[in-house]
Amino acid sequence: MSAEQAQQQIIEEFSAYEDWLDKYNLLIEMGKDIPVIDPRHKTNNHLINGCQSRVWLHAELRDDGKVYFSADSDAVITRGMVSLLIRVLSGRTPDEILNTNLHFIDAIGLTEHLSPTRSNGLVSMIKQMKLYAQVFQLKTKN
Amino acid sequence: MSTLPDVDALRQSFPALAQTVYGKPLIYLDNGATTQKPLSVINRLKQYYKAENANIHRGVHYLSQLSTDAFEKARASVAAHINARQKHEIIFTRGTTEAINLIAHSFAQHLNKNAPKVLITAMEHHSNLVPWQQWVLQNGGRLMVAGLKPDGSLNMEHFEALLEEQPDIVAITHVSNVLGTVNPVKAITSIAHARGIPVLVDGAQAIAHMPVDIQDIDCDFYVFSGHKAYGPMGVGVLYGKEVWLDRLPPYQFGGEMVDRVSFDTTTFNELPFKFEAGTPNVGAVLALETALSFIRKTGYEAIAAHEHNLTSYGHQLLSRVEDIEFYGTAPGKEAVISFNIKGIHPYDLGTLLDKMGIAVRTGHHCAQPLMDHLGIPGTVRASMAVYNTLNEMERLAEAVNKAAMMLR
Repeated sequence: MSAEQAQQQIIEEFSAYEDWLDKYNLLIEMGKDIPVIDPRHKTNNHLINGCQSRVWLHAELRDDGKVYFSADSDAVITRGMVSLLIRVLSGRTPDEILNTNLHFIDAIGLTEHLSPTRSNGLVSMIKQMKLYAQVFQLKTKN
Repeated sequence: MSTLPDVDALRQSFPALAQTVYGKPLIYLDNGATTQKPLSVINRLKQYYKAENANIHRGVHYLSQLSTDAFEKARASVAAHINARQKHEIIFTRGTTEAINLIAHSFAQHLNKNAPKVLITAMEHHSNLVPWQQWVLQNGGRLMVAGLKPDGSLNMEHFEALLEEQPDIVAITHVSNVLGTVNPVKAITSIAHARGIPVLVDGAQAIAHMPVDIQDIDCDFYVFSGHKAYGPMGVGVLYGKEVWLDRLPPYQFGGEMVDRVSFDTTTFNELPFKFEAGTPNVGAVLALETALSFIRKTGYEAIAAHEHNLTSYGHQLLSRVEDIEFYGTAPGKEAVISFNIKGIHPYDLGTLLDKMGIAVRTGHHCAQPLMDHLGIPGTVRASMAVYNTLNEMERLAEAVNKAAMMLR
């Protein structure tokens, strides 16, 4: 499944719900399926700044040339949000990650979380994931 | 029993309350951050910009005189509201934070000593902590922090023990923005004065809820913001005893605060202008006067009686929620309920409450050292104002229950 297809799938899943609470319920459920970060990576080095809750994010470049993310958060809504990002961006090449426009966030109505003044750090998470991709891109080209 | 305010009628004059968010009627419980504004305050601002706007203390023209008169009348009115002896003991600032920075800065210059000591409490807002901390850090001094009791009240034994080490100034909040604790500022001032130590009281969380009589408290400085007391943002009040304000050097320079300027030297204007550099927020000052008059018209006694009902009813309802923990249960606490539910992050709870139309604050509430002291990352805080209703407290409790079920 491409990143675009993953985004479409998420949009479809959320479109089944009208009520905000139902959407958040889905988000919370999705957070339970997150590829959980290895406890030894749950350190301050992997902590993302700018969040009211704590978010740890780890990335590795495997032999298949793709980046795999794992994460965790002490807030379940935040964990749900990062799990969506992982669904779209994990298991992709650095180029794919850098070129993906994350339009699903707007489409499922979570745009408010993208405001840089919002304290949940969705913006910081995206930035951090793209930063990892950039570093790995340089690595693979050298 | 004191008369309760007619809350339904009162709500009619707060247009911001009559809206829906996410399709649900707004329940505004973030009054500790800022209150909504009554029409009288909004109209006062409008009126100023429509008909009275001119720079004050400068012009010979009609409008300038009009706005200058209104501005000085507002100063007298604020002075009367807190029972200050003289109107020039009232300095208008941008808010509580600027007022504390002003005193911390000018007091530091005045004292001009190495290793200064400032006594605060563990429940201070960052605004009454960081300005003092930076001063003592830069001069090899010490910030002394009086601890709290388990119910969130001040540990007076500890406070008095620290007072014996003769700090240069005591800076203490009147009401804690997180715990709702009301500190005995009159008694504290009295024991500090007995040792010749001046006292600053941060009244940001008090002025909307309880009458403040500056002469009764007898503190040397008292500060508060307009926007937490039904007034506009961008205006605050610094009360200082005349003897202190006369003694302290100016904080900022330029504008109305000068007397005579040459390229070689400047002499400064008298009180209160010495501390009011630049053009003040005239419209906001006038609207602050209107906000305080709204409070007096409603009546502190009625406000306190109603808010006390809201707080105790809210506590009672919320205490039925499984695994709830309250922070701050001191007797006579103000209209603030801070809580967590075991195993649930306050951010999650706040986000879901928001989606149910309930505005609360989550996080550390600009009191990180207090959160460290309590050993928690943050709390959910519902802070009430006179326009909140018992029904809203019921809906808060229902929503907290519902959110907790979703998050478990």
